Amino acid sequence: MAKQIVKMTLNGQQIEQLVDSRTLLVHFLREQMNLTGAHIGCETSQCGACTIDIDGESVKACTHLAVQCDGSDVKTVEGLAENGVLHPVQEAFYEEHGLQCGYCTPGMLMRSYRFLQENPNPTEDEIRTGISGNLCRCTGYQNIIKAVQSAATKLQDNETASA
Amino acid sequence: MIPPNFEYHRPATVDEAVGLLTSLGSEAKILAGGHSLLPMMKLRFAMPEHLVDINRIPELSGVSVVGDDIVIGAMTTENAVIADPILNEKVPLLPEAAKLIADPQVRNRGTIGGDIAHGDPANDHPALALACDAVMTVVGPEGARQIPASEFFLGTYWTALNDDDILTAITVKAFPNGAGFSYRKLKRKTGDWATAACAVVVALSGGSVSHIRITLTNLGPTAIRAHDAEAVLSGQTVTDELIKQAAEKAMAICDPAEDLRGDVEYKTAMAGQMVQRAIAEALSRAN
Ligand SMILES: Cc1cc2nc3c(=O)[nH]c(=O)nc-3n(C[C@H](O)[C@H](O)[C@H](O)COP(=O)(O)OP(=O)(O)OC[C@H]3O[C@@H](n4cnc5c(N)ncnc54)[C@H](O)[C@@H]3O)c2cc1C
Ligand code: FES
Ligand code: FES
Repeated sequence: MAKQIVKMTLNGQQIEQLVDSRTLLVHFLREQMNLTGAHIGCETSQCGACTIDIDGESVKACTHLAVQCDGSDVKTVEGLAENGVLHPVQEAFYEEHGLQCGYCTPGMLMRSYRFLQENPNPTEDEIRTGISGNLCRCTGYQNIIKAVQSAATKLQDNETASA
Repeated sequence: MIPPNFEYHRPATVDEAVGLLTSLGSEAKILAGGHSLLPMMKLRFAMPEHLVDINRIPELSGVSVVGDDIVIGAMTTENAVIADPILNEKVPLLPEAAKLIADPQVRNRGTIGGDIAHGDPANDHPALALACDAVMTVVGPEGARQIPASEFFLGTYWTALNDDDILTAITVKAFPNGAGFSYRKLKRKTGDWATAACAVVVALSGGSVSHIRITLTNLGPTAIRAHDAEAVLSGQTVTDELIKQAAEKAMAICDPAEDLRGDVEYKTAMAGQMVQRAIAEALSRAN
């Protein structure tokens, strides 16, 4: 009885899965859905490597149950690129070298993606606060900040171009 | 780390939730933001057989004004507290302090009610609730009752809530006109609990203190109100010397637990600093 049917939209697709009530969302994504983008860094809600989007908010998937997502719209790093074209946030991390080992990157991308919708034209301070739930042990953050700044410009240019 | 097995329930109304808690008894726990409960379950510090998820009960979130009262639904998240226009206008201490809690992702999930109900002396909302003279609305099998913050926090992980109670709302009054406020929190890094923290609300009348609350986080088994420190300032025109005396009175009631954040002497000394800074900042904002 501890298993339940869960229906959600995952990266734009309707899915229906049987999950154990105790299954953490990050394990559900990685092991049941084979979406290994969301990483497990600490499993204690400290590092942000597991950050994904639920109903338009950044959430740490290691501290959320899969059953809680019934009826939700979930997006992972796998859902960022569209038709093989990188999302501007991904492009910016690539161009600005916003990563070294890449372990924190899926979480950084998903947090930056959401943060730039919350605050499309942030100051450097606001970026640092906005991504303060994501740790990186390699880059020293400088290039990550640059990447987010560059992504902000790209997204704004796109906005103007499509207006 | 995967939590132990449990049965998951998702009621749609408070009545349904109370019914579940009544029938399931002490084997059930409420799941709010889950950012204290799920970590405790992973560590087997908590092993409930049933989780009653109250995230889809709309009446439990949001802020409203009812007469003189500002009613904050228990499921209002930290980020919603930070963004709320009513709180920013009338009780600005709460949004300002909520920015110092955890990080953006945790603040999307963590709720003001969960922060208070958890009874963790390291959590920030208990001292803030004391500073705002908050009143808790609790619904149990016998209906609703009101518990003032001063009678709510009984010990570490111990509150006035029974197993079958739900904290539904936290009610505060708007600050007096011209009141100053401050929350000073010493922490080692973003997302850390306080090494020592102090909340102050102060109002002046003709230059002397007409209303004052001084409360402390993580400096004893529960959040504490520093009555003796308040008495030093009450009715007075505040001087630097009086601020120091108030801080000493506050330090005298500190009883922090030693941990990786520091030993008792260090934490108590830092409490004195936080109290002085919070009083000074609150006064500088009062008019
Ligand atoms: C990395 C990290 C850093 C953090 N830093 C801070 C910090 O600096 N300051 C701070 O204050 N907190 C901090 N927290 C704790 C966080 O704010 C939690 O969200 C909060 O303590 C609990 O709220 P919740 O909504 O997540 O409750 P849950 O974890 O869901 O529940 C906590 C407890 O309260 C009970 N409960 C919850 N809601 C109710 C209710 N309405 N009625 C009755 N019982 C209820 C539950 O049954 C459970 O026992 C941090 C957490 C993390 C993971
Ligand atoms: S794995 Fe989730 S925050 Fe580190
Ligand atoms: S690139 Fe290695 S942890 Fe961030």
